[in-house]
Amino acid sequence: MAVSKARLAAVVTAAAVVAAVATLLVLGTGNPLRSTASYKALVGGPFTMTTQDGKRLSERDLLGKPFAVFFGFTQCPDVCPTTMLEVANMMTRLGPDADKMRFLFVTVDPDRDTPALLKSYLASFDKRIIGLVGTAAETERIVKAYRVFYEKVPTKAGYTINHTATMFLMDAQGQFAKTIAFKEDEKIKLSKLKALIAGR
Amino acid sequence: MTRSRSTRRLASFAAALVVTGLALLAPMPASAQEYKIGPLKISAPWSRATPGGAKVAGGFMVIENTGKSSDFLVGGSFVRSGRIEIHEMAVVGDIMRMRELPQGLEIKPGAKVTLKPGGYHVMFMELKAPLKEGEVVEGTLVFKSAGTVKVSYRVGAMGKKPGSHHGKH
Repeated sequence: MAVSKARLAAVVTAAAVVAAVATLLVLGTGNPLRSTASYKALVGGPFTMTTQDGKRLSERDLLGKPFAVFFGFTQCPDVCPTTMLEVANMMTRLGPDADKMRFLFVTVDPDRDTPALLKSYLASFDKRIIGLVGTAAETERIVKAYRVFYEKVPTKAGYTINHTATMFLMDAQGQFAKTIAFKEDEKIKLSKLKALIAGR
Repeated sequence: MTRSRSTRRLASFAAALVVTGLALLAPMPASAQEYKIGPLKISAPWSRATPGGAKVAGGFMVIENTGKSSDFLVGGSFVRSGRIEIHEMAVVGDIMRMRELPQGLEIKPGAKVTLKPGGYHVMFMELKAPLKEGEVVEGTLVFKSAGTVKVSYRVGAMGKKPGSHHGKH
Protein backbone atom coordinates (compact mmCIF):
# COMPACT_ATOMS: atom_id res chain seq x y z
CA MET A 1 0.00 0.00 0.00
CA ALA A 2 2.63 2.50 1.08
CA VAL A 3 4.80 1.56 -1.88
CA SER A 4 2.04 1.90 -4.44
CA LYS A 5 1.04 5.28 -2.92
CA ALA A 6 4.60 6.51 -3.35
CA ARG A 7 4.66 5.14 -6.91
CA LEU A 8 1.39 6.92 -7.68
CA ALA A 9 2.80 10.18 -6.33
CA ALA A 10 5.87 9.76 -8.54
CA VAL A 11 3.71 9.10 -11.61
CA VAL A 12 1.54 12.15 -10.87
CA THR A 13 4.63 14.33 -10.39
CA ALA A 14 6.19 13.07 -13.62
CA ALA A 15 2.94 13.71 -15.50
CA ALA A 16 2.77 17.22 -14.07
CA VAL A 17 6.35 17.95 -15.15
CA VAL A 18 5.68 16.65 -18.67
CA ALA A 19 2.51 18.74 -18.88
CA ALA A 20 4.33 21.85 -17.65
CA VAL A 21 7.18 21.41 -20.11
CA ALA A 22 4.74 20.80 -22.93
CA THR A 23 2.78 23.92 -21.96
CA LEU A 24 6.00 25.95 -21.84
CA LEU A 25 6.99 24.70 -25.27
CA VAL A 26 3.65 25.53 -26.80
CA LEU A 27 3.08 28.89 -25.12
CA GLY A 28 6.71 29.89 -24.82
CA THR A 29 9.23 29.47 -27.58
CA GLY A 30 7.21 27.07 -29.69
CA ASN A 31 4.25 29.25 -30.58
CA PRO A 32 5.89 32.47 -31.83
CA LEU A 33 8.39 30.43 -33.79
CA ARG A 34 5.65 28.48 -35.43
CA SER A 35 3.57 31.60 -36.23
CA THR A 36 6.56 33.41 -37.80
CA ALA A 37 7.36 30.37 -39.87
CA SER A 38 3.80 29.97 -41.06
CA TYR A 39 3.47 33.70 -41.81
CA LYS A 40 6.66 33.52 -43.86
CA ALA A 41 5.26 30.57 -45.70
CA LEU A 42 2.02 32.46 -46.40
CA VAL A 43 3.52 34.98 -48.81
CA GLY A 44 5.54 33.88 -51.79
CA GLY A 45 6.15 30.57 -53.47
CA PRO A 46 6.87 28.92 -56.78
CA PHE A 47 5.95 30.53 -60.11
CA THR A 48 7.11 30.51 -63.71
CA MET A 49 6.28 33.41 -66.00
CA THR A 50 7.58 35.19 -69.10
CA THR A 51 9.74 38.33 -68.91
CA GLN A 52 9.49 41.38 -71.16
CA ASP A 53 12.34 39.85 -73.19
CA GLY A 54 10.37 36.66 -73.77
CA LYS A 55 12.46 34.56 -71.37
CA ARG A 56 10.97 32.18 -68.83
CA LEU A 57 11.67 33.08 -65.21
CA SER A 58 10.90 31.17 -62.00
CA GLU A 59 11.40 31.94 -58.33
CA ARG A 60 14.49 29.68 -58.40
CA ASP A 61 16.20 32.07 -60.83
CA LEU A 62 15.87 34.80 -58.21
CA LEU A 63 17.64 32.94 -55.39
CA GLY A 64 20.76 34.67 -54.09
CA LYS A 65 19.46 38.23 -54.29
CA PRO A 66 16.50 39.77 -52.47
CA PHE A 67 13.66 41.11 -54.58
CA ALA A 68 10.68 43.45 -54.51
CA VAL A 69 7.51 42.48 -56.36
CA PHE A 70 4.56 44.67 -57.35
CA PHE A 71 1.36 43.62 -59.10
CA GLY A 72 -0.28 45.95 -61.63
CA PHE A 73 -1.11 46.45 -65.30
CA THR A 74 -0.14 48.90 -68.01
CA GLN A 75 -3.66 50.34 -68.41
CA CYS A 76 -3.57 51.44 -64.76
CA PRO A 77 -3.54 55.24 -64.81
CA ASP A 78 -2.25 56.17 -61.40
CA VAL A 79 -1.02 53.68 -58.80
CA CYS A 80 1.16 51.65 -61.18
CA PRO A 81 3.04 54.48 -62.92
CA THR A 82 3.38 56.28 -59.58
CA THR A 83 4.85 53.17 -57.94
CA MET A 84 7.14 52.39 -60.87
CA LEU A 85 8.36 56.00 -60.92
CA GLU A 86 9.08 55.76 -57.20
CA VAL A 87 10.93 52.49 -57.77
CA ALA A 88 13.01 54.10 -60.53
CA ASN A 89 13.78 57.09 -58.27
CA MET A 90 14.75 54.76 -55.40
CA MET A 91 16.97 52.70 -57.71
CA THR A 92 18.77 55.91 -58.68
CA ARG A 93 19.21 56.80 -55.02
CA LEU A 94 20.42 53.31 -54.11
CA GLY A 95 23.16 53.70 -56.72
CA PRO A 96 25.25 50.53 -57.22
CA ASP A 97 23.32 48.87 -54.35
CA ALA A 98 20.24 48.75 -56.60
CA ASP A 99 21.92 45.89 -58.46
CA LYS A 100 22.16 43.89 -55.23
CA MET A 101 18.43 43.25 -55.48
CA ARG A 102 15.79 42.83 -58.18
CA PHE A 103 12.53 44.59 -58.93
CA LEU A 104 9.58 42.73 -60.44
CA PHE A 105 6.41 44.08 -62.03
CA VAL A 106 3.82 41.32 -62.47
CA THR A 107 0.84 42.08 -64.69
CA VAL A 108 -2.61 41.09 -63.43
CA ASP A 109 -3.96 41.79 -66.93
CA PRO A 110 -2.62 38.89 -69.03
CA ASP A 111 -5.46 39.40 -71.53
CA ARG A 112 -4.14 42.78 -72.67
CA ASP A 113 -0.53 42.99 -71.48
CA THR A 114 2.17 41.35 -73.59
CA PRO A 115 5.95 41.06 -73.08
CA ALA A 116 6.45 43.76 -75.77
CA LEU A 117 4.01 46.12 -74.05
CA LEU A 118 5.70 45.53 -70.67
CA LYS A 119 9.08 46.19 -72.25
CA SER A 120 8.06 49.56 -73.62
CA TYR A 121 6.24 50.41 -70.39
CA LEU A 122 9.08 49.53 -68.01
CA ALA A 123 11.70 51.21 -70.21
CA SER A 124 9.97 54.49 -69.30
CA PHE A 125 11.03 53.89 -65.67
CA ASP A 126 14.13 51.68 -65.40
CA LYS A 127 15.10 48.90 -67.79
CA ARG A 128 16.35 46.82 -64.85
CA ILE A 129 12.78 46.30 -63.61
CA ILE A 130 11.75 42.79 -64.62
CA GLY A 131 8.28 42.62 -66.16
CA LEU A 132 6.40 39.33 -65.85
CA VAL A 133 3.41 38.17 -67.84
CA GLY A 134 1.82 34.74 -67.63
CA THR A 135 -1.03 32.67 -68.94
CA ALA A 136 -4.26 32.92 -66.95
CA ALA A 137 -3.16 29.88 -64.91
CA GLU A 138 0.36 31.21 -64.32
CA THR A 139 -1.06 34.56 -63.25
CA GLU A 140 -3.51 32.87 -60.91
CA ARG A 141 -0.68 30.87 -59.36
CA ILE A 142 1.57 33.83 -58.48
CA VAL A 143 -1.38 35.96 -57.35
CA LYS A 144 -2.46 33.20 -54.96
CA ALA A 145 1.11 32.68 -53.75
CA TYR A 146 1.41 36.36 -52.82
CA ARG A 147 -2.13 36.63 -51.41
CA VAL A 148 -2.84 39.40 -53.90
CA PHE A 149 -6.38 40.59 -54.52
CA TYR A 150 -7.47 41.56 -58.02
CA GLU A 151 -10.77 41.78 -59.85
CA LYS A 152 -11.95 43.04 -63.21
CA VAL A 153 -14.35 45.97 -63.04
CA PRO A 154 -16.45 46.54 -66.15
CA THR A 155 -16.66 50.06 -67.61
CA LYS A 156 -18.76 51.33 -70.56
CA ALA A 157 -16.48 49.95 -73.24
CA GLY A 158 -14.08 47.62 -71.48
CA TYR A 159 -12.77 46.99 -68.02
CA THR A 160 -10.34 48.20 -65.42
CA ILE A 161 -8.80 46.19 -62.58
CA ASN A 162 -8.91 46.70 -58.84
CA HIS A 163 -5.80 45.26 -57.28
CA THR A 164 -3.51 45.13 -54.26
CA ALA A 165 -1.09 48.06 -54.32
CA THR A 166 1.33 46.52 -51.81
CA MET A 167 4.93 45.86 -52.72
CA PHE A 168 6.27 42.60 -51.27
CA LEU A 169 9.90 42.41 -50.21
CA MET A 170 11.46 38.95 -50.33
CA ASP A 171 14.88 37.99 -49.01
CA ALA A 172 17.75 36.30 -50.87
CA GLN A 173 16.26 32.88 -50.04
CA GLY A 174 12.91 33.88 -51.54
CA GLN A 175 11.32 34.14 -48.10
CA PHE A 176 8.88 36.92 -47.22
CA ALA A 177 10.62 39.79 -45.41
CA LYS A 178 8.39 42.92 -45.38
CA THR A 179 5.75 44.83 -47.25
CA ILE A 180 5.73 48.39 -48.53
CA ALA A 181 2.32 50.08 -48.58
CA PHE A 182 1.39 52.45 -51.41
CA LYS A 183 0.88 55.45 -49.14
CA GLU A 184 4.04 55.04 -47.07
CA ASP A 185 6.54 57.88 -47.13
CA GLU A 186 9.18 57.48 -49.82
CA LYS A 187 11.94 57.81 -47.19
CA ILE A 188 10.52 54.84 -45.27
CA LYS A 189 10.20 52.87 -48.49
CA LEU A 190 13.84 53.54 -49.29
CA SER A 191 14.97 52.56 -45.78
CA LYS A 192 13.09 49.25 -46.12
CA LEU A 193 14.87 48.53 -49.40
CA LYS A 194 18.23 49.35 -47.79
CA ALA A 195 17.45 46.98 -44.90
CA LEU A 196 16.43 44.27 -47.36
CA ILE A 197 19.68 44.64 -49.31
CA ALA A 198 21.67 44.55 -46.04
CA GLY A 199 19.84 41.35 -45.05
CA ARG A 200 18.27 42.98 -42.00
CA MET B 1 20.75 117.27 -68.08
CA THR B 2 22.94 114.40 -67.02
CA ARG B 3 20.70 113.85 -64.10
CA SER B 4 17.48 113.62 -66.12
CA ARG B 5 19.21 111.35 -68.67
CA SER B 6 20.35 108.97 -65.93
CA THR B 7 16.86 109.08 -64.44
CA ARG B 8 15.41 108.24 -67.85
CA ARG B 9 17.95 105.46 -68.24
CA LEU B 10 17.05 104.14 -64.81
CA ALA B 11 13.37 104.30 -65.69
CA SER B 12 13.87 102.35 -68.92
CA PHE B 13 16.03 99.83 -67.05
CA ALA B 14 13.26 99.42 -64.47
CA ALA B 15 10.72 99.01 -67.27
CA ALA B 16 12.93 96.37 -68.87
CA LEU B 17 13.12 94.60 -65.53
CA VAL B 18 9.34 94.62 -65.19
CA VAL B 19 8.93 93.30 -68.74
CA THR B 20 11.49 90.55 -68.11
CA GLY B 21 9.80 89.75 -64.83
CA LEU B 22 6.41 89.50 -66.51
CA ALA B 23 7.86 87.31 -69.23
CA LEU B 24 9.29 85.00 -66.56
CA LEU B 25 6.00 84.93 -64.73
CA ALA B 26 3.95 84.36 -67.87
CA PRO B 27 3.90 80.53 -67.71
CA MET B 28 2.52 80.62 -64.19
CA PRO B 29 -0.80 82.44 -64.75
CA ALA B 30 -1.23 80.30 -67.86
CA SER B 31 -1.23 77.18 -65.69
CA ALA B 32 -4.18 78.67 -63.82
CA GLN B 33 -6.22 78.79 -67.02
CA GLU B 34 -9.92 79.12 -66.42
CA TYR B 35 -12.91 78.13 -68.54
CA LYS B 36 -16.54 79.04 -68.00
CA ILE B 37 -19.77 77.49 -69.12
CA GLY B 38 -23.02 78.61 -67.53
CA PRO B 39 -22.48 78.78 -63.79
CA LEU B 40 -19.48 76.41 -63.94
CA LYS B 41 -15.84 77.46 -63.64
CA ILE B 42 -13.15 74.99 -64.66
CA SER B 43 -9.61 75.75 -63.50
CA ALA B 44 -6.27 74.60 -64.83
CA PRO B 45 -6.94 71.23 -66.48
CA TRP B 46 -3.80 69.10 -66.45
CA SER B 47 -2.58 65.62 -67.13
CA ARG B 48 0.62 63.63 -66.75
CA ALA B 49 3.16 62.25 -69.18
CA THR B 50 2.45 58.58 -69.88
CA PRO B 51 4.87 55.64 -69.84
CA GLY B 52 5.52 53.78 -73.09
CA GLY B 53 2.75 51.40 -74.07
CA ALA B 54 0.21 52.96 -71.72
CA LYS B 55 -3.18 53.45 -73.33
CA VAL B 56 -4.71 55.52 -70.57
CA ALA B 57 -4.09 58.78 -68.74
CA GLY B 58 -5.89 60.83 -66.12
CA GLY B 59 -7.24 64.34 -66.58
CA PHE B 60 -7.38 66.62 -63.54
CA MET B 61 -8.84 70.05 -62.74
CA VAL B 62 -10.99 71.99 -60.29
CA ILE B 63 -14.67 72.51 -61.13
CA GLU B 64 -16.67 75.12 -59.27
CA ASN B 65 -20.44 75.49 -59.44
CA THR B 66 -21.56 79.09 -58.79
CA GLY B 67 -25.15 78.24 -59.72
CA LYS B 68 -28.18 77.20 -57.70
CA SER B 69 -28.61 73.65 -58.92
CA SER B 70 -26.44 70.55 -59.27
CA ASP B 71 -24.79 69.72 -62.56
CA PHE B 72 -23.02 66.55 -63.62
CA LEU B 73 -19.80 66.06 -65.55
CA VAL B 74 -20.93 63.23 -67.81
CA GLY B 75 -18.26 62.97 -70.49
CA GLY B 76 -16.27 64.80 -73.10
CA SER B 77 -13.50 64.22 -75.57
CA PHE B 78 -9.73 64.37 -75.81
CA VAL B 79 -8.04 64.74 -79.18
CA ARG B 80 -5.34 62.21 -78.25
CA SER B 81 -7.72 59.47 -77.15
CA GLY B 82 -10.61 57.46 -78.49
CA ARG B 83 -12.93 58.35 -75.67
CA ILE B 84 -13.07 59.49 -72.07
CA GLU B 85 -14.76 58.18 -68.95
CA ILE B 86 -15.43 59.75 -65.56
CA HIS B 87 -13.84 57.69 -62.79
CA GLU B 88 -13.34 57.60 -59.07
CA MET B 89 -10.26 56.00 -57.61
CA ALA B 90 -9.28 55.21 -54.03
CA VAL B 91 -6.64 53.18 -52.23
CA VAL B 92 -8.32 51.53 -49.24
CA GLY B 93 -6.55 48.87 -47.18
CA ASP B 94 -3.71 49.09 -49.72
CA ILE B 95 -6.03 47.95 -52.49
CA MET B 96 -6.44 50.27 -55.48
CA ARG B 97 -10.09 50.48 -56.44
CA MET B 98 -11.41 52.30 -59.44
CA ARG B 99 -14.92 52.68 -60.74
CA GLU B 100 -16.71 54.51 -63.47
CA LEU B 101 -19.28 56.99 -62.18
CA PRO B 102 -22.40 55.86 -64.05
CA GLN B 103 -24.31 59.11 -63.42
CA GLY B 104 -21.22 61.25 -63.92
CA LEU B 105 -19.55 63.44 -61.31
CA GLU B 106 -21.97 65.64 -59.40
CA ILE B 107 -20.99 69.27 -58.89
CA LYS B 108 -23.34 70.55 -56.20
CA PRO B 109 -24.34 74.23 -56.06
CA GLY B 110 -21.60 76.22 -54.35
CA ALA B 111 -19.23 73.24 -54.45
CA LYS B 112 -15.65 73.19 -55.68
CA VAL B 113 -14.74 69.68 -56.75
CA THR B 114 -11.10 68.78 -57.28
CA LEU B 115 -10.22 66.09 -59.78
CA LYS B 116 -6.77 64.82 -58.82
CA PRO B 117 -4.56 61.72 -58.78
CA GLY B 118 -5.85 59.26 -56.22
CA GLY B 119 -9.42 60.58 -56.47
CA TYR B 120 -11.93 61.70 -59.09
CA HIS B 121 -10.50 61.97 -62.59
CA VAL B 122 -11.39 62.10 -66.22
CA MET B 123 -9.89 59.00 -67.79
CA PHE B 124 -8.56 59.23 -71.31
CA MET B 125 -9.03 55.78 -72.84
CA GLU B 126 -7.41 54.30 -75.95
CA LEU B 127 -4.60 56.87 -76.20
CA LYS B 128 -3.41 57.16 -79.79
CA ALA B 129 0.06 58.39 -78.76
CA PRO B 130 1.83 58.95 -75.44
CA LEU B 131 1.43 62.27 -73.61
CA LYS B 132 4.70 64.17 -73.26
CA GLU B 133 5.65 66.62 -70.55
CA GLY B 134 5.13 70.23 -71.64
CA GLU B 135 2.45 69.49 -74.23
CA VAL B 136 -0.93 71.18 -74.29
CA VAL B 137 -3.70 68.88 -75.51
CA GLU B 138 -7.21 70.01 -76.45
CA GLY B 139 -10.39 68.40 -75.30
CA THR B 140 -13.96 69.05 -74.29
CA LEU B 141 -16.01 68.47 -71.17
CA VAL B 142 -19.71 67.71 -71.31
CA PHE B 143 -22.01 68.70 -68.46
CA LYS B 144 -25.56 67.42 -68.20
CA SER B 145 -27.13 70.89 -67.86
CA ALA B 146 -24.44 73.41 -68.84
CA GLY B 147 -23.44 71.61 -72.02
CA THR B 148 -20.08 71.32 -73.75
CA VAL B 149 -16.99 73.43 -73.09
CA LYS B 150 -13.60 73.37 -74.82
CA VAL B 151 -10.59 73.01 -72.52
CA SER B 152 -6.82 72.53 -72.87
CA TYR B 153 -4.86 70.17 -70.68
CA ARG B 154 -1.26 70.97 -69.76
CA VAL B 155 0.80 67.82 -69.56
CA GLY B 156 3.08 67.69 -66.51
CA ALA B 157 5.79 65.22 -65.51
CA MET B 158 4.87 61.57 -65.05
CA GLY B 159 4.66 61.76 -61.26
CA LYS B 160 3.36 65.33 -61.08
CA LYS B 161 1.27 66.06 -58.01
CA PRO B 162 -1.46 68.72 -57.84
CA GLY B 163 0.06 72.19 -57.59
CA SER B 164 3.66 71.00 -57.99
CA HIS B 165 5.70 71.73 -61.07
CA HIS B 166 7.83 68.62 -61.11
CA GLY B 167 7.25 64.95 -60.45
CA LYS B 168 10.79 64.06 -59.57
CA HIS B 169 12.48 65.55 -56.54
